[in-house]
Amino acid sequence: MSAALRLEDLRITRGGRPLLEVEATVRPGEVLSVMGPSGIGKSTLLAAIMGTLPAGFAMTGRIWLDGREITGLPPEARGVGILFQDSLLFPHLSVAGNLAFALPRHVRGRAERQARVQRALEEIGLSGFGTRDPATLSGGQKARVALMRMLLAEPRALLLDEPFSRLDAQLRGQIRQMVLGRARAGGLPVILVTHDAEDAQAAGGARIDLD
Amino acid sequence: MRPLRAAPAVTLALMLGPVAAGLAGTLAPALGILPALGGERPAIAPFEALFDWPGLERAVALSLGTGLTATAVSLMVVVLFVAGWQGSRTMRGLERVLAPLLSVPHAAAALGIVFLIAPSGWIARALSPWATGWENPPDLLIVQDPWGAAMVAGLVAKEVPFLMLMTLAALPQAGAPSRMEVARALGYGPVTGWMKVVFPAVYPQIRLPVYAVLAYSMSVVDVAIILGPNTPPPLAVQVVRWMADPDLSMRFIASAGAMLQLGLVLGAMALWHLCEHVLGQAGRRWAESGGRGHGEGVLRMLGLVTVLLAGGAVVAGLAGLATWSVAGFWRFPEPWPEGITLRYWATQAPALAGTLGRTVWIGTVATALALVLVLACLEAEYRFGSMRGARVSGGLWLLYLPLLVPQVAFLPGMQSLALVAGMTAGMGVVVIGHLVFVLPYVLLSMAAPWRAWDARHATVAATLGAGPWRIFWSVRLPMLIAPVLTATAVGFAVSVGQYLPSLLIGGGRVQTLTTEAVALASGGDRRVIGVTALMQTGLVMLGFALALALPRIVTRNRRGLRTA
Repeated sequence: MSAALRLEDLRITRGGRPLLEVEATVRPGEVLSVMGPSGIGKSTLLAAIMGTLPAGFAMTGRIWLDGREITGLPPEARGVGILFQDSLLFPHLSVAGNLAFALPRHVRGRAERQARVQRALEEIGLSGFGTRDPATLSGGQKARVALMRMLLAEPRALLLDEPFSRLDAQLRGQIRQMVLGRARAGGLPVILVTHDAEDAQAAGGARIDLD
Repeated sequence: MRPLRAAPAVTLALMLGPVAAGLAGTLAPALGILPALGGERPAIAPFEALFDWPGLERAVALSLGTGLTATAVSLMVVVLFVAGWQGSRTMRGLERVLAPLLSVPHAAAALGIVFLIAPSGWIARALSPWATGWENPPDLLIVQDPWGAAMVAGLVAKEVPFLMLMTLAALPQAGAPSRMEVARALGYGPVTGWMKVVFPAVYPQIRLPVYAVLAYSMSVVDVAIILGPNTPPPLAVQVVRWMADPDLSMRFIASAGAMLQLGLVLGAMALWHLCEHVLGQAGRRWAESGGRGHGEGVLRMLGLVTVLLAGGAVVAGLAGLATWSVAGFWRFPEPWPEGITLRYWATQAPALAGTLGRTVWIGTVATALALVLVLACLEAEYRFGSMRGARVSGGLWLLYLPLLVPQVAFLPGMQSLALVAGMTAGMGVVVIGHLVFVLPYVLLSMAAPWRAWDARHATVAATLGAGPWRIFWSVRLPMLIAPVLTATAVGFAVSVGQYLPSLLIGGGRVQTLTTEAVALASGGDRRVIGVTALMQTGLVMLGFALALALPRIVTRNRRGLRTA
């Protein structure tokens, strides 16, 4: 229970009008799938958990992670990672630079940091890609770098905002397996937002339908 | 966090404060109040003196006539061209030369045009003696003609690139390509179709720039001194003459004239607004009448020819300046000088070094201040959502205000206030004067790319543990380095091109390349004019070259930044 992501009586309003209500607990390694048509507020729910609700939205309720309330914390202090449908690699940094950006400060020393980045690249089968321009990678490669970048920041929970919808059918299953596998192995609670029933099915776990 | 929150308010204050204070400082002497010169109580004497001035009627007519004509012609040229050539290769080619054309300072462009159209200019030389029979420069008043035609030509050449840029920026938002597809599919010709379905969506977006062009053209001083009529000159020039009069009591009539100029501009804007309404009504009836268009080819060619004339005049003018700056003996009607010499550069460059340094200093400080303020504003808007509401409800008007109020209406007031406060008008005050005009252009140039930036990059960076300042410095700023540098070059170009702020606030003691070039215009040596105006243009071009080259070098291995 302690390492879970808990949404306690979460209510989001837009301009004073209720948008959605969620009450859920996601245990480590479990996936909660949130489904519903576009425009229903799925991404808004993720923004609330990250602490990046746009102006005009308001939230009541509490969010707990690892037994710690994170409701009022700034996004960078919450320990919540996210993957979007675009890889959003920083175009001005190299592939290795993107990974190093995510590496926490407590990994000290240039050599140690570089070594960690190298190991991370090997893990995703991209050793030797460190100096590459992210814009020159294939879609699947970008997705892998984005996943590894997020994991290097050592998040305690993982949010997925339709991260597979831009990938073609073959790549899609592969990347999905990889992301969910890593989350399970790391004991991360996961919230997956999708409008694809296949994603939810592959993820297993509970499912909320917003409509 | 605190200073950042205050940024939009500070910026608005720095932009509008001098305008408001200057207007008040001009209004008071216009009503007879200027204690430093013995004006203790309100009087209508300044306006009486103004209305007794025999040249007034003509000066007012010139301001209205040249301003309205230049604005209407510029707008028509731009609309005809964009309507006829939207999406064509010709258009893309033109887009590439737009920024350099836009960056040519008004004074340099005007001086270049003088070298083209003057009786001893290139056009006359090209036609002589075989077509004209002239062996000597004819005694014709082509430049500074009493009707202000040369002045209108000079203004059009410089305002076409500006309105073109604004129109091109408005096209995507107007959904131009899909609207045109529909119109073409319904059988409309390109120009007629564009006028009927795209223009109504584009015009509201370029209305403020058009008003800015109107205000500018009606009250411009540097171009008017160089190309405009002399006796009497347009009202704004006369106001500056009165301001420069050694007899300080002339400031009363100068202030009254400045207020009249403000009234004229407001009146012309009201008239323009009325025309918008009437033409809008007529346009709707025209659109519903179903005509598919006649003479499309002629209209397209007209658009192309006029745009090429406008751009060509500036480019050929600069070439003329360059040629004169290195010309040895150059007899009329020879098209080329007999020899080339660097003597004038060698003698003028050291003489102008101090002026050049001052121009660079003022431009750099004003641009740096503007950059910091604008970045702070945009970052504050992004983080706190401030200004976002203001942006929708008239924020853009506030931004344009310094460009809509004639310079000549509030700069004299700033000088009078300085006089009252006993301040010596130094470089610092001149920089503030420049900042008023640099700020809106930097903000206009940077706001669109800054707001279009995909904020999910910031979200990702935050979930990776980066705080707001790290996101700003190591994600956002480097990703937007190209537009930031472009905005810097724009700001610097605006500052270098300023004439009146340096002249009026500096009380004639702060010389820049622009004040120098304009001062030389009347009766100066052509070779010296060539050197000075080229130096001024070169400075601005250098800024743009750096702004284009730097991001290319820094990001040469980053394809994802180049499209952005």
